[in-house]
Amino acid sequence: MNKFQQLWLALLGGLLLAAPAAQAEEPIRIGVILPLTGPYADYGEQIGNGLKLYMKQNGDTVAGRKIVVTIRDDTGIAPEVSKRLASDYLVQDKVDILAGFGLTPSAMAVAPLATQAKKAMVIMNAATSVITTKSPYIVRFSHTLPQISAPMATYAAKSGIKKMYTLVADYGPGIDAETAFKKAFEAGGSQLIGSVRVPVTNLDFSSYIQRIKDAQPEAVFLFLPPGSATVSFLKAYKERGLDKAGIKLLATVDFADDDLMDVLGQSVLGVVTSGHYSMAHDSALNKAYVAAYAEAYGTKKRPNFMSVAGYDGMAGIYAALKKTNGDTDGDKLVAAMKGLAFESPRGPISIDPETRDIVQTVYYRRAEEKNGRVFNIEFDSVKNFKDPGKQ
Amino acid sequence: MTSFLGLLFDGLAYGTLLFLISVGLSVTLGLMGFINLAHGVFAMAGGYLLVVLMGAAGLPFLAALPLIFVVVAAASLVLERTLYRPLYKSTHLDQVLLTVGIIFVAIAGATYIWGPGQQPVSIPEWLQGQFSLAGVDLSRYRLFLMAIGAAITLGLVFGLERTRFGARVRASVERQRTAAAMGIHVERVFQITFALGSGLAGLGGALGVDVLSLDPHFPLKYLVYFLLIVVVGGPGSIMGTLLAALLLGVADTAGKYYIPETGAFMIYVVMIVLLLVAPHGLLGRKK
Repeated sequence: MNKFQQLWLALLGGLLLAAPAAQAEEPIRIGVILPLTGPYADYGEQIGNGLKLYMKQNGDTVAGRKIVVTIRDDTGIAPEVSKRLASDYLVQDKVDILAGFGLTPSAMAVAPLATQAKKAMVIMNAATSVITTKSPYIVRFSHTLPQISAPMATYAAKSGIKKMYTLVADYGPGIDAETAFKKAFEAGGSQLIGSVRVPVTNLDFSSYIQRIKDAQPEAVFLFLPPGSATVSFLKAYKERGLDKAGIKLLATVDFADDDLMDVLGQSVLGVVTSGHYSMAHDSALNKAYVAAYAEAYGTKKRPNFMSVAGYDGMAGIYAALKKTNGDTDGDKLVAAMKGLAFESPRGPISIDPETRDIVQTVYYRRAEEKNGRVFNIEFDSVKNFKDPGKQ
Repeated sequence: MTSFLGLLFDGLAYGTLLFLISVGLSVTLGLMGFINLAHGVFAMAGGYLLVVLMGAAGLPFLAALPLIFVVVAAASLVLERTLYRPLYKSTHLDQVLLTVGIIFVAIAGATYIWGPGQQPVSIPEWLQGQFSLAGVDLSRYRLFLMAIGAAITLGLVFGLERTRFGARVRASVERQRTAAAMGIHVERVFQITFALGSGLAGLGGALGVDVLSLDPHFPLKYLVYFLLIVVVGGPGSIMGTLLAALLLGVADTAGKYYIPETGAFMIYVVMIVLLLVAPHGLLGRKK
């Protein structure tokens, strides 16, 4: 290294050191990572819609500081891309908060970076239970799979179902759902008569469904990532007449995803799901949310649980920033988010101070037709339910 | 035994569908020597056309199918003229780059117009559900698929073996130069063959919406399946493609039923075994 280069480096270092001094006038930067292209582009669109809607309604200034949100695309299940984007955000763009994360692998890949950089990381969808344990800077505003699966097992046992079969997608969230369901179901003294894990990318379900039909359970519990798998499964389920054979379909919110209801159409009628959000949730705040969503993005696209998680994640960030008076220090922000409780379009939610995971009401819903469109109508609920995956 | 018969039926129907979509690729790859990875784009176009024709235009399902074949075939001719033809004599790498590019353009285009989500399609009432035949539950739609598949296979084989046009295609493939010297317009022959193959892919895509579901990632999701079938069957051989599609369809369906944990990979195991036995494809021509 010659003299000249050394001089440059020293100058550069000086500039870097001087940067924090100028922070007071700097905006608060939020780096959002979402799948915007690829098979999970839908997730990114919904989460982004919710997030932007919150900012549209609540302005872009908190505690006197402007909020600047950047959204970048990690293309779906591509942990290496998520990781690169996160390190770009942290090193080059100097973001104060990381947010988004549509899928578990992407959240898992970024977790160590949040710990190293000591920046708050807000999860707006990824739902494997273990995520929040991967970094003390992670706070989750979406849901966990055990949280919405276990109540379904309770429901099955309560409705007198003794013989169950489970079918889940073979990756983190699916295994979480299966484990939680099995544990809660067998706690009631019943036994699963079979379970099958299918590859995440599986598209033709006819053989799996035939197998289930031949095993003659009273009901089948299902977790698949929302999207083409859901549609194929329901088609095969109807085609093979499982409903007529008396095999009930019990699933999580992912199956009767609000955004998919128009595609599933009549065939989803009567399906019972457990979940934390339905666009038909009866509350003033939700009605306002659905109306605002329709105004911003049209009525063809329905707001689903992912959009609400984006919306609430942003609400959480705003609330925490108000508490810290605009201080973006990771430790302080996470401390401010612990125990945070507010009303969301899905109902009352809070952040568990112990686990930094969400505590919320899980609803039982049945798909019913209303004004020519199919909605998930809530008929019962489990209040303030914590993630059982961490107990 | 009855469950096995049911599985066999499902597998054959699934295979038929894959055959319909892949046969065009077999033609372009085997006969014309062009690596057209974008073949699935035509299938996806067929699917979206069905959605539009049945939704906005209100056409009945059966009336939409032939129209889709014609429209997709015509559209593929435009692509062939403008993009494919200049690369016929290029290296395979160039062809792969071009066609992969076309896939991404198509995915982005479909996402832009229809959004990234799933598309709804409702097949007519009389094709829904199952009926029982000698104790075996058979799906009406899958039977319909098999009937169409059988008709098209017969048509293709008859067309290639018995008609003047078929003779020209075979001649052009065997020895392009000689065929041209004999007064066969080789380019025109290939063009029409290409359009036919693409039209069939469109038709297969439309028929497949109900079984395979449809979103902008269709061409990429199924690319592996198409290539697999063509390679196993032997590029350029129609009967080979049919045989491979049926075999792999049955293997996939049966594998998932009997060994659900690993069944989804059965199709690849079968591929490896078949390629070890017949490296040029089941009915492929040795070069």
